Parts: sequence; structure tokens; C-alpha cells
Amino acid sequence: MEQNFWLTYLLLAPGIGSLLILFIKKENAKFIKYFGLGISLITFVISLLIYFIFNDDESGFQFIHKFNWIENLNISYHVGIDGISLLLVLLTTFITPLTLISSWKGIEEKVKEFTFFMLVLELGMLGVFVSLDLFLFYVFWEAMLIPMYFIIGIWGGESRIYAAVKFFLYTMAGSLLMLVAIIWLAVYASSITGYFTTNLVELYTIGPTIEHSIQLWMFLAFALSFAIKVPLFPFHTWLPDAHVEAPTPGSVILAAVLLKMGTYGLLRFNLPLFPDASLHFASLISVLAVIGIIYGALVAMVQTDMKKLVAYSSVSHLGFVVLGIFAMNEEAVQGAVIQMINHGLSTGALFLLVGMIYERTHTRVISEYGGIAKIVPVFSFSLLFISLSSIGLPGLNGFIGEFLILLGSFNSSVLNSWWYVVFASSGVILAAVYLLWMYKRVVFGEVTNQKLNSLTDLNKREIIVLTPIFIFVVWIGIYPTTFLKISEKATEKVIEQVFHPQKINLE
Amino acid sequence: MIDLIYLTIALPLLGFLANGLFGSKIKNEKIIGLIGSGVIGISFLIVAGAFYETVSLPVDERLNIISLFTWLNVAGLNIGVAYQVDQLSLVMSLIVTGVGFIIHVYSIGYMHGDKSFWRFFAYLNLFIFAMMNLVLADNFVLLFLGWEGVGLCSYLLIGFWYDRKFENSTTSAAGLKAFVVNRIGDFGFLLGMFLIYSTFGSLVFTDVFSKAVLSNVPEHIFGLIAVFLFMGATGKSAQIPLFIWLPDAMAGPTPVSALIHAATMVTAGVYMVARCSILFASAPSILMVVAVIGVFTALFAATIGLVQNDIKKVLAYSTISQLGYMFLAMGAGAFSAGIFHVMTHAFFKALLFLGAGSVIHSMHDEQDIRKYGGLKKYMPVTYGTFLVAAVAISGIPPLSGFFSKDEILWFSYTNVGFIFWMIGICTALMTSFYMFRLYFMTFEGKEKFDHHKVHPHESPKMMTIPLIVLAVLSIIGGFIGIPEIFSGERGNLFHSWLAPVFISAERKLLNFGTHSHFEEILLMTVSVAGAVAAIFLARHIYLRRPEITTRLSNKMKGTYNLLLNKYFVDEIYDATVVNPIVKGSQNFLWKFTDNKLIDGFINSTAAVIQDAGEKLRRIQTGVAQSYALVMIVGILLAIMWIILSV
Repeated sequence: MEQNFWLTYLLLAPGIGSLLILFIKKENAKFIKYFGLGISLITFVISLLIYFIFNDDESGFQFIHKFNWIENLNISYHVGIDGISLLLVLLTTFITPLTLISSWKGIEEKVKEFTFFMLVLELGMLGVFVSLDLFLFYVFWEAMLIPMYFIIGIWGGESRIYAAVKFFLYTMAGSLLMLVAIIWLAVYASSITGYFTTNLVELYTIGPTIEHSIQLWMFLAFALSFAIKVPLFPFHTWLPDAHVEAPTPGSVILAAVLLKMGTYGLLRFNLPLFPDASLHFASLISVLAVIGIIYGALVAMVQTDMKKLVAYSSVSHLGFVVLGIFAMNEEAVQGAVIQMINHGLSTGALFLLVGMIYERTHTRVISEYGGIAKIVPVFSFSLLFISLSSIGLPGLNGFIGEFLILLGSFNSSVLNSWWYVVFASSGVILAAVYLLWMYKRVVFGEVTNQKLNSLTDLNKREIIVLTPIFIFVVWIGIYPTTFLKISEKATEKVIEQVFHPQKINLE
Repeated sequence: MIDLIYLTIALPLLGFLANGLFGSKIKNEKIIGLIGSGVIGISFLIVAGAFYETVSLPVDERLNIISLFTWLNVAGLNIGVAYQVDQLSLVMSLIVTGVGFIIHVYSIGYMHGDKSFWRFFAYLNLFIFAMMNLVLADNFVLLFLGWEGVGLCSYLLIGFWYDRKFENSTTSAAGLKAFVVNRIGDFGFLLGMFLIYSTFGSLVFTDVFSKAVLSNVPEHIFGLIAVFLFMGATGKSAQIPLFIWLPDAMAGPTPVSALIHAATMVTAGVYMVARCSILFASAPSILMVVAVIGVFTALFAATIGLVQNDIKKVLAYSTISQLGYMFLAMGAGAFSAGIFHVMTHAFFKALLFLGAGSVIHSMHDEQDIRKYGGLKKYMPVTYGTFLVAAVAISGIPPLSGFFSKDEILWFSYTNVGFIFWMIGICTALMTSFYMFRLYFMTFEGKEKFDHHKVHPHESPKMMTIPLIVLAVLSIIGGFIGIPEIFSGERGNLFHSWLAPVFISAERKLLNFGTHSHFEEILLMTVSVAGAVAAIFLARHIYLRRPEITTRLSNKMKGTYNLLLNKYFVDEIYDATVVNPIVKGSQNFLWKFTDNKLIDGFINSTAAVIQDAGEKLRRIQTGVAQSYALVMIVGILLAIMWIILSV
């Protein structure tokens, strides 16, 4: 097969970049910042080139690059993308430079280490989205935990160690089970084909042949790992702690990209590998998703800390994505895919904004604010705009995802009941409550805290960070076709794989 | 001009962007005002042109769709940004841009000197943009964009003076309440859309409605669709049980109350029901529900209106009450009568609000009518036009309110039953009573304000000319809908214009027997006589013998307090819905389930492991690597087990 090196270049850029940073003297903090930003921009440009070359009429994987890695176990370096992974790759390469710019002033200690970890993180995230070999996927999946652990643990808030350990253990616990399941799967493959393999493309035809009762266990082993990452209720309690303690760039990456790895995993592995089990568990997972939507929103509503509020809102929003995935029709899954992007943009921006105001006041407690609309109008407008995007106002991005998910789930033959959507739709009301209520308390009213009078409005650098996000918020809201078209064929294929899996010839 | 209809949406959007982005730099009120009202004025001319063009088309070619681009295209769903120009959307567009333009001009005078003048006009233009999307959309999703968009503008404009207090709370709290209550309605609207899509496989009006006529979808599905959609309407149009936000919406500047909370946005629910007439007509039992909710809201709000002392509050409850009439019309299957009332109400209620604004302006923001009195000699134009509007809303012929209101009453009598007519008449009498109570206490009688503090004066021309224009419309606006018994062969012009839109819905409904002209004239006489009597009663009480009111309120203290406090509905909702949800989320979900239950489980598991680790440490070296070693050994054992077991 013809090899395509583009994805390897994409991985090499942050990979080599992070290594090079190790050779720069740490006194050159400014240079390191520019260097890190430069690397992340190069990565972004490469991903854009991939987007332009990508053929969205094709349903299979493209840009495949494959060579043997561990020969006797038949494990290979095997990368490739379809429309779903391409969107997430673009999200990652788009968000990373923005977070680097956003931390220009916020991170002043250990700049070298920080930039290094950020680039390693980017490498890990990209690796997760492009791997077509389960073993390679697992390596990236675990590797990515390490830089995140340090980012929270070194640059985080007061109880950063507790949060970092909780984050690490929670995700680790899930992924160990997944490792066992991956190995089982490879061994099972060898019993059928005669050779041990972790090649995802091959496993797609092998997984569906697994006996129903075992498929259920396999599904659960993968799903637990992904559910923790999403996070799906009741596995979500690591998230508020991790978010609150993480520094702004950590929170942004965590919300924008890391959580998507969970939903991506469900879509990429659980559904196609274990279609029978997916259908079997669809209602259970959807119930958890709907609980998450309402629960996350209600708990977000009563938070006193802005960052925690946004963190809980993620539980609610990601509930929509999971519901969409398990509704398993085109409207809902397309909605789920676009909602992953939307959440990355909107919640990422919310964390950025909370971070920007925190840098000025050193408090995130809602009740210490009030009446800042006239002091910092640009900030106030930005917060309103992103809040509206997050609560799904038609014309902005959030609506497209939520609407498609709910519309699809309502008609889903798998869920086969309106009740999921009836309950899930109440999240639409609650989102308005928790975000606009926070907005009212922070931005409107009279200024009671005199310290706020000396607040300065967003500066040029901060506006530069937010503007690209705003553009996409409007773009997706008004002309989502650009993005829906990318993932259309891939989505169709996943659904096809669930309902009509191509099974290997068992003779 | 029909082809250019998209400009009526693009221009307000441009106006919004121009004033929103550069308004704070332009600063000059004249330029900002010119941009803001100019784009709406041009939009009105375009709508008028499209209207003229449509009139000249044969009846069966009067529905035109202007598609711009594809918005959402996934699987079977194909939604475009496309506008449907037909008889109904043209009527609504004329109201929105026409009354909208007048109110924009008025606002230039009213908002003069406000530090956020530019922001006001930006929001107002954004509102027209959203409202035009709402009335012109050719599908449910685009309608919903407008629907939520007007809600957003309403939110922004109610809280326009975001640092001010309003009653016991703040303006921004009122804005939030409006948005959230509207979203409760939107929840229903969304479900309605989902059910429509799953039933008809489309969300485009022409597709859905033509399928609804032909298909044999069971009635209970139509019923559910209608219930869901109507839920949306009760939110947007402030009907029982979701009316509670509208009185609070008076926290916004008065032109906003006139434009959004009286003339246009709040009638969106009525428009939507009329647009979906065929869906509602296919579920007659739900149509009955609409009529019941409508008539009760009309009565309920009117009783509250009797005792309110804030000039804008009286008008707010009056608006809720009049919206109730419109839904009564919808429920009675008299769709064009309902839309007719939307139009006349837009004229006289906008006029009442703008008149109130003029009064408030000259009384230095005082809104308590007990502190007014005798203002007619100070502000003759406001006085004259306000009187016209009060007469119009009271249903005195030949002013516009008479024709539209009487038509609704007549159809409620013929189509749904005598009791509906009775309640409708009671409401009408109360309406003329409280409206003239308002009028007499404000413009006639003794001056109850402090001459040292306030110097009442007539408002500038920028404000009085719009009043005059609206007064003229309130007088003559009804003539296009003169009932057949008076107009003879020409028939009711307004009806015949809208007839093609409602034809299939009306066909579905049963024929409601025939009634004699005598009955019609009799009922009409009763309502007019009643209204006149109510006016004289108000005059007697509030002008001649004001002491009656104190005696009455003392005598019926319970009832009086109940009405004054708006039946304590807000308090009941707080106690039964809001507080339990907030407290439950705080104490049970967050502090118990999350922090104690789930985290407790996890932390105690961790503690057990740590404890075991402590014990193991005595035999282990305590070096970190050894833990890793154990982990790897464990994994290897698991792998071996797998390999052996397969």
C-alpha cells in the first residue's frame, strides 16, 4: 500500500519541537514561549494542509502510514484518519496555540517545563486521534496522562496534588481494564486468523464475531475507560477538582480536547468493535447520559465558584454527546460529532474567560463580583457571547449540535422512546438558568466590591485568543455544512458497522 | 420586491452590526438614530412593495419562497435559510416593520441623553432582525431561530439599565426570569418540532402542512404536536401558566415595552398557532384547550389590571389579557380574527405604551398613577392620543379595537359556546373600566404631584408625531376588517385576504351552524353598551367620588390584596418549583451525592488501598519502582490468564 507521511509529520512537529525545547536554556523564557507557539502553529498548518487534501467523499481511513513496530506481536505504527478524527485533530491543533498565547502572562514559573509538557500533550492527543493500532492508541492514551498530571500538579491551585492524583488514578483505573480488553481482543483475533493483531481495521471485522456474552464484557471494559474520561455520570467527580485546580491552559485543554477522547473512543472502538453489545447497552448508557445532562446542570446551577460551574456544565454538555452517539442514527451521531467540536470551542472559551478575569482579581467566587459590565465591557460582551453559544442559542454553534442530537435521539430506533429526549431537553432550560444566572451575578447589578473598579478590560493578546474561537462559533452556527460534510461519510460508516457489521469469514 | 425580502432581514442585521460595533465611537445620537430607524424604515418600504406586488398576483400564486442557502442538511433533514412570503407573513411583516419603525423614531426622542444610546438601537435592530426571521421563516427551525432571538433581545432590553433596581429586585433579574420562562416554553416547542419531524419527515412548512392535510396520522399525535407547540406559545405570549415574566418585563425602557412586550414579540405565539392552523385544527380537543387557556388568561389578567397602580403594570396585564383574546380566537378556529386583533392591538397598545412613556418622561420617571392627575392641560398630544387608544381598546365603534374584539367575541359565541362569550364580555367590561381608571387618574381630576419637584411638559415632536401616527392607525385600522353584515357584498377584506392560508384548517373543523344577523347585532350592542357603561362607571368612581375606592378596598380587603399581589402566583412558583429545585440541587445532589456519596466511596476505596499499602510497605522496600513492578506483574498475570483461557 502506498504510504502517506502527512500524519507522521503532524505527530513529529510537536514531538521534535518538545525535544528541542529541552536544549534551550531556561533563562530564555521569552524565546521558549515563541518557539513553543511556533511549533504549535506549524502543527496547525500541517493539519490544515491535511484538511485540504482530505477527500470527504470517501468513507474509509485516509492518510494511512504503517510500518511494523513490534514484529513478533504484529504490532505496528499505524496511523490514519477519517472525517471524525480529522475534525478532532483540527480542534486540537487549533486550540493548542491559543492556550499557549493565553498563558503568555499567566505562566511565569518554569516556562521551559510548561511549554515542553504542552507540546508533549499535543503529541499525545493527536496520537490518540490518529492511531489505527490499538496498542499504539493505548500508548498515546496513557502517555498523555503524564504531561496533564504535571500541568495540574505543578502549575495548579492550592490542592493541586489531590486533584492531580485523583485525575491520574481515576483515568488509570479505567484504562488498565481497557488494556486487558485490548490484549484479550488481540489474542481472540489470533484464535481466528492465526496471528496476534492489534490492527484496528482488521479487528473491525473480528470484533463483531465475538460471542454475545463476552462482547458485553469487552464493551464494558472499553466503555468504563471512556466513560471516566467523558466523564459520564457517576464517574465525573474527578472533573470539577481537576478543572478547579488546573491552571487556565490546563483547564482549556482538558475541556476542549481531553474529554473528547472519551466520546471519540466510544465512537471509534465501542460501537464498531462490539456492535451487539453496543445495541444491548445503548439504553443503559443513554440513561446515564440523560442523568448526566440534568444532574450536571443542576449541580452547576448552585456552584459558587465560576470554574466549578463551568466544569459541571461540561458533565451536562457531554451527556448530550453520549446520548447522540448511542441514538445511532445519522442525525444524532452527526450532532454528537459537531457537538464535540462545539463544546471544545465554547467551554474552552469559557475557561479562557474565567482565567482572564481570575488573573486580574485572583478570585473565582461569583459573589465577589457584580456590576462589571460598565468596567470591562469587552469582557462582558465576550462572556455573554460564549454563554449564549453554550446554551444553544440558534445561530451560534451550540444549537446545531444539541438540535441534531435531540432530533435524532427522538427518532432513534435503538432508543425507541421519547422519554430520553423529553428529559434531555430540560437541559436546554437548565443551561440558560445556570449560565445566565452566573452572568447576571457577575456582570450586571451595581458594583459592590470596590476592588473591581480598577479592573482593566481585555487586552490585545486576549482578544487575539478569543477572536478565532468567536469566528468558528458563528461559522458553525450559520453554515455548519462545512464541518458536517467532513464527518458525514465517517458517521454513516460507523452506523453501518453497528447495524450491518462486516464480519470476517469464519471457516 | 418579493425577491428582495431578504433585505428586510439583512438591513436590520447591518444596522445592529453598525451601531453595535461602531456606536460607541460614533457617539452622535443623530447618526446612530438615523442608522437604527433608517434600516427599519427601508425594510418597511420593501415589505410594502412586496405586499403590493403580492396583491397584484392571482390568489393561487401568492405564496412565494425565497431561498438563500442551506443551513442544516443531515440525513432526511434539509433546512434552508429560506423565507416564505405569503398573505400571513406579509401582514405580520408590515406590523413588525411599520410599528417597529414608528417606535424606533420615538426612541430617538425617548432615549435622548442615555449613555448607552447606541447599545439601545443596536439591540432594537437585532430584535427586528430576529422578529422578521420569525415571521418570514419557511420552516420551523428558522422560525425557532427568530423565536429564541427575540427572546434574547427581550432579555437584553429588559435588563438594559443593568445597574438599576426594579421593585424588590433588579432589572437584570427580570430579564433572566423572562429568558428562563420563555425557555420553558421553548422546551415544548422543541419537542413539537421533533414530533413533527418524526411524523412527517420534514420541518418545512409547506411540506408538513400539505402532508398534514392528506395523511391519516392519528388524532392523538396531532394532539401531542399541538400541545407541545402551544406550550411554546404560552411562554412567548405570556399565557397561563407561563405569563409571570411579562409584568416584570416592564423593567425595560418603555419603547421596549411598546415594541416587544406589546406589539410584536408577544404575539409571536399567536402567529405560530395561526401558521400551524392545520395542525391545531386536526386536533379539535387541543383547540378547545387553547380557547380555555386564552379566555381564562384574558379574565385573570384583567382582574389583576383592575387594581394595579403602576401605569406600565396596568398596561402589561392588559396586554396579557388581550393576548388571551387572541388565543380565544385561535381556539375558536377564527384564525384570521385572531390575526386581525394582533394588528389592531399592535396599534393601540403600542400607542398606550408610548403615551405612558411620554407621561413617565415628563413626570421624571414616576410611574405611580396615584401621583399623576390633571395632566391633560400640560401634555395635550399625549392626552389626546392616549384617549384615542383607550377608546379603541375598549371596543367603541368605529375605532379599530371594536372590529377585532367584537369579531372574536362573535366567533367564540358561535364556535365554542355561550360561556366563552360571557367570560369574554366580562373581560371586555373590565378592560374598559381599568383603562379609563388609568386615563382619569392620569389626565383628569386633581393634580396629585408636587409642583416643586416635577414640571409636566409635552414631549418633543420626535415622540409626539409617532403618537399621532399610531392614533390615526388606531382609529382607521379596523376598517379593513369590517364584518360582512356592514360591508355587504365586499365582505370582510382582511378575511378574504388571509382566507387561503387558513382554508385547509377551516375545512377540517366542523361547520358551526348558522347564526342570524339579529344575534350578531344583539351581541354587538350588548358589548358596546357594556363598554360605555364601564367607562362611565370608571368616570364616576375615579373622577367624582374617589372615596368609593378606599371604602371598596377596605370592605373587600381579602380580594383586593389577592388582586394587588397578582394572586401570589410568583410566590407559589417560588415555593413549589424554584426553591425545591435550587435547595435540592445544592444539598442533595451536590453536597450529598457528589461530595459524600461518590467521592466518599472513591476516597474510602483509596483509603483501603492505601491502608493495605501501608501494611505491605513493611515487607516491601517502599521504593516507588516496586509498586510499578507489582502492577506489571499483575498485568502479565492477567495476560497469561487471557491467553490460556481463549
